[in-house]
Amino acid sequence: MTLGITMTALCLIVLIPLSALVLRALSVGPEAFWDITSDPRTLAALKLSFGAAFIAAAINMVFGTLLAWVIVRYRFAGRKLIDAAIDLPFALPTAVAGIALATIYAPNGWIGAVAKELGFKIAFTPLGVVLALIFIGLPFVVRTVQPVLEETELDIEEASALLGASRIRTIFQVVLPQIYPAFLTGTALAFARGVGEYGSIIFIAGNIPMVSEIAPLLIVIKLEEFDYAGATVVATIMLATSFILLLAINRFQAWGQNKIGNV
Amino acid sequence: MRIRVTLILVAVVFLCAFLFLPLAIVFIEAFRKGLFVFMSAFSDPDALAAIRLTLLVAAIAVPFNAIFGVAAAWTIAKFNFRGKNFLLTLIDLPFSISPVISGLVYVLLFGAQGWFGHWLKAHNVEIIFAVPGIVLATIFVTFPFVAREIIPLMQAQGTSEEEAALTLGASGWHTFLHVTLPNIKWALLYGVLLCNARAMGEFGAVSVVSGHIRGKTDTVPLHIEVLYNDYNFTAAFAVATLLASLGLVTLLLKSILEWKFADNLAATHHR
Repeated sequence: MTLGITMTALCLIVLIPLSALVLRALSVGPEAFWDITSDPRTLAALKLSFGAAFIAAAINMVFGTLLAWVIVRYRFAGRKLIDAAIDLPFALPTAVAGIALATIYAPNGWIGAVAKELGFKIAFTPLGVVLALIFIGLPFVVRTVQPVLEETELDIEEASALLGASRIRTIFQVVLPQIYPAFLTGTALAFARGVGEYGSIIFIAGNIPMVSEIAPLLIVIKLEEFDYAGATVVATIMLATSFILLLAINRFQAWGQNKIGNV
Repeated sequence: MRIRVTLILVAVVFLCAFLFLPLAIVFIEAFRKGLFVFMSAFSDPDALAAIRLTLLVAAIAVPFNAIFGVAAAWTIAKFNFRGKNFLLTLIDLPFSISPVISGLVYVLLFGAQGWFGHWLKAHNVEIIFAVPGIVLATIFVTFPFVAREIIPLMQAQGTSEEEAALTLGASGWHTFLHVTLPNIKWALLYGVLLCNARAMGEFGAVSVVSGHIRGKTDTVPLHIEVLYNDYNFTAAFAVATLLASLGLVTLLLKSILEWKFADNLAATHHR
């Protein structure tokens, strides 16, 4: 009976709606599909969503791993507070994060004003999109790397140091190989989330077509213009990439489990 | 030692700039013009309607997903069948889909030009640009939250306790209430907390299906957007403090659960 409930809910809520999207996209026809995809505005939006998500994920890869390292390895006042605060971007609704970030980085905001003095703009440019995505993606990397780092044995690092390896060499040849799969999984998760992110970006981005307009916003705009075909095509491209990412993430995770199994 | 201090400093500065500052700005902006202006944001009937709608949507979506989560976890943990991993991937699917697409799929199904659009119109049923659409989109985006907290825990616990109860003559329902439920209650609560926070704060998916009818189909996050776009910043941040506080309370309760009941949560939350 529980299988029945599970399958019914899954079909009604997830599978039928998603198949509606795919069937709709197929009914558009290859020529129209290509026209919408190759439209410069679509391409610019996709490039921004993927590009900004990629840069933000790369930055989170570095700082997320650093944060996980600090939380796991060091004992200092406020560590538990930091540990709990990492999940803030998960808990803070995206619209709230969006207006807060827009206010901070706008030319008259706290950080935006400093940037203006230095001669560049953050809000209403692609840079603002990247900053919002750093905020959104950070917990993914920390929360994936942290448990793996907790499992690693200090002995191995000590042995490496005793045998004369430098700190850098210990990090690259002893620590990194152990956390590598988690590191990639977390970064891929942050990237996947960033590509589809909407609420936290639209306030800070300024949404200038061809410059700071993200792909999810383009879908919304096309829907508002009753261009269902256009919205569906952009959505299908994004959905297809999410699938590929999901597969990649599953591979990384399986790889990580094998790795732990072998140790 | 020097490296340790440097790394901790970098971590703290990064967190302050990227996490704490946005949170602080919500409260600073909300109270900037004093308590009176802050409070007046809540005497707006549209704000009250938005709060009521958000509570209603969460009151439907969260129990739905809690029941589904337990049913799915039971199915996956207690029975053996082919395609289990595929089923797990399908349950997780809404997590990796853009919220905008989550809303779009329902527009394609129930919207004026959607599959069921004509039928719905002929029968005077409103889903898109009405409350049912908002509920559906919210259920979609929060679909995996409870399930993924309970599934790993139930899998780890195995079936031996349930088998013992059944052998001793307890009914299936009785076994669930007295054996399974006590074993998963903290994980269930954990999942419900996260599910509720997301349900009340969801923006993208809801924004696509809502139609932004003030006082009718605007949830709290959508009302914040309307206020902000009207340059009514103080009111926008005042209403935003509600959701920010909800987020903080969720974080606090979540941390308490992780510290006190770590053994009763899924392995990934052990600290």
